[in-house]
Amino acid sequence: MTSISFAEPPPRQSPGRRLSTFLYRHPRLRLLALLALPVGWLGLVYLGSLAVLLLSAFWKTDPFTAQLVRELTLDNFRRIIETPVYRDVAWRTVRMAVLVTIACALLAFPLAYYMARVASPRTRNLLVVAVLMPLWASYLVKAYAWRTILSAEGAINWALDPLGLTFNGYSNTGLWLVFTYLWLPYMVLPIYAGLERIPASLLEASADLGGRSLRTFAYVTLPLVFPAVVAGSIFTFSLTLGDYIAPTLISSDQFVGTVIYREYGTALPVAAAYALVPIAVIVGYLLVARKLKAFESL
Amino acid sequence: MKGRTARGARWAALGLVVAALSVVAAGCGGGGGEAGGEWQIEGLGSSLEEIQDLAREEGQVNLVQWPGYSVLTDKFTSETGCKVNTKDGASSDDMISLIQTGAYDGVSASGNASVRLMTTGDVAPVNTDLIPNFADIQEGIKNKDYNSLDGQPYGVPHGRGPNYLMFRTDVVPEDTDSWGVIWEDDQLERYKGKISIYDDSIFIADAALWLMATQPELGIENPYQLTREQFDAAVALLKKQAPYVGEYWPGDVVKQIQSYTSGDSVVGTTWPYQYLQLLNAKVPVKAIKPKEGTTGWSDTWMIYSKAQNPNCMYLWMNHMASPEAQATVAEGFGEAPVNLKACALTKNPNHCEDFHAEDESWWEDVYYWTTPSADCGDDDDATTCVTQADWKAAWTEIRG
Repeated sequence: MTSISFAEPPPRQSPGRRLSTFLYRHPRLRLLALLALPVGWLGLVYLGSLAVLLLSAFWKTDPFTAQLVRELTLDNFRRIIETPVYRDVAWRTVRMAVLVTIACALLAFPLAYYMARVASPRTRNLLVVAVLMPLWASYLVKAYAWRTILSAEGAINWALDPLGLTFNGYSNTGLWLVFTYLWLPYMVLPIYAGLERIPASLLEASADLGGRSLRTFAYVTLPLVFPAVVAGSIFTFSLTLGDYIAPTLISSDQFVGTVIYREYGTALPVAAAYALVPIAVIVGYLLVARKLKAFESL
Repeated sequence: MKGRTARGARWAALGLVVAALSVVAAGCGGGGGEAGGEWQIEGLGSSLEEIQDLAREEGQVNLVQWPGYSVLTDKFTSETGCKVNTKDGASSDDMISLIQTGAYDGVSASGNASVRLMTTGDVAPVNTDLIPNFADIQEGIKNKDYNSLDGQPYGVPHGRGPNYLMFRTDVVPEDTDSWGVIWEDDQLERYKGKISIYDDSIFIADAALWLMATQPELGIENPYQLTREQFDAAVALLKKQAPYVGEYWPGDVVKQIQSYTSGDSVVGTTWPYQYLQLLNAKVPVKAIKPKEGTTGWSDTWMIYSKAQNPNCMYLWMNHMASPEAQATVAEGFGEAPVNLKACALTKNPNHCEDFHAEDESWWEDVYYWTTPSADCGDDDDATTCVTQADWKAAWTEIRG
């Protein structure tokens, strides 16, 4: 009896198959090939350009033509440390970032709590859409719209008029309102996600143990959602710290972003040196945030 | 095992960063061209016909301009085949950094940009034989120190204008004729929070201009070339003014137009462009050249020395010097044309008179924007002046 062979013939050796076998045998190489493009983008384009910027902080410019002179100097750092205006501007920016973060947190928390724990699924979806909608509008459109609201003939002064009050909208207070409005969605969403993650069984257990609503909130909900609040605050803090468009339009005070933006054109080394200030602040903030476990809530 | 791969990953990341740094540092280099270069740019034709043919192949021209400076672009495109792409600059510093990116073919440079660009070689001299309309430009504008070097013309003049004092006639008295309304103590108090000032270090010259009129003992002759003592006095004046200023408008003309319309600003400095826009919108404003004189600008279209579309740029410069374009932009922006043939074509037959195109005496107390330089721009070695870099640094301090 002849044996009938059912085995398939071995597949033909084509270059594609050879490559596939090679990659199968070398998993590390496979990983490298997969990650090469994004890591390359991160390393070369992002970190590389940041490195060039920071390197230029050690150079200077020709006093007339403002061209870069590639000689090492510490003058730029000396200038931003010694001249008081740079300290004032940095302090003003950090203060604004903190105030905006607090305002966003206070406004976002009730909204996120309602969305996560109280609202019906239909209302919840509508609210999520409503919170995200402003992100679709252009930044400049929103900033100019707020310019109209804050103006001397704008909505706010119109509302305050019967009470005999006036509000100077083109000020840091007005800017604080604009920032709070702009970054609110970035605070609402992480808090919403954090609150949603709390299992209802925990709250029921707290009630079983005798905790009334305020106690449950203070001792169970708040500690569990705090990392999410910190995660949201990373967005509001860093976005405010670096912004230069809204300050130019709303307030006439200088902020870190506006100073860097102005110096960048013909005094690049000073701008680069000054850019280290927000970088240092954010790195510090992120280290604190990591300690508070905010990265797991992002 | 996990520790080993984590450590390995960390070393790989470090290696990548170092590699990135070295690649980038090696690539760092190169700048503008050399100063005093020839007019011949790579790719430029050597005769009018050749330029026109090559321009059709290029198909586009990329410009850095003051807002509203490019006019009749559709006509230009249909005649030459070059599409016009423009980018508005906020200030001369802004324009310099834009042109240095290499992405643009030309710029409408004011005096405080043109001198720097000529010195660094970022702009090339022009061969006026290849620009027929250049011959019609007023002689009084040619061969000035802001548009030529060693007798070689570096661009085609565009137009000139003053920085006006503009105020709302329903708040500020209509017969105001002096800069005192934004410098004197009692006036600052009266208009506190509603003053609108140009946000650029060149505004220090306006403070110097006021000191020229009110403190002659300082001996200021040229508001752009200031000794340290004169400069400190101007900066002190600006720091005194700063708390009363409502807005510093950053070359974004929309911001100033909006605040005058809503009444948030009632007095300040402006360009003719905003003034005309506000008049068209029937906002009650008036703009004047005060009796102390004013700063101003005389702008020139210049070609980038490494322009990618040099032929289209030459045709553009010729187009902007033509009577039709000159008439349109002079009326649209509110400036004096430099090709007097345009005077017959303006919609307002008195435009050239109203804007003093031929009246050189009117321009005697208009100090065109120029770059402060350490040698004061004169031959006197004894005096040294404050440099552009110091002006810029001082402006950041004034803004506070």
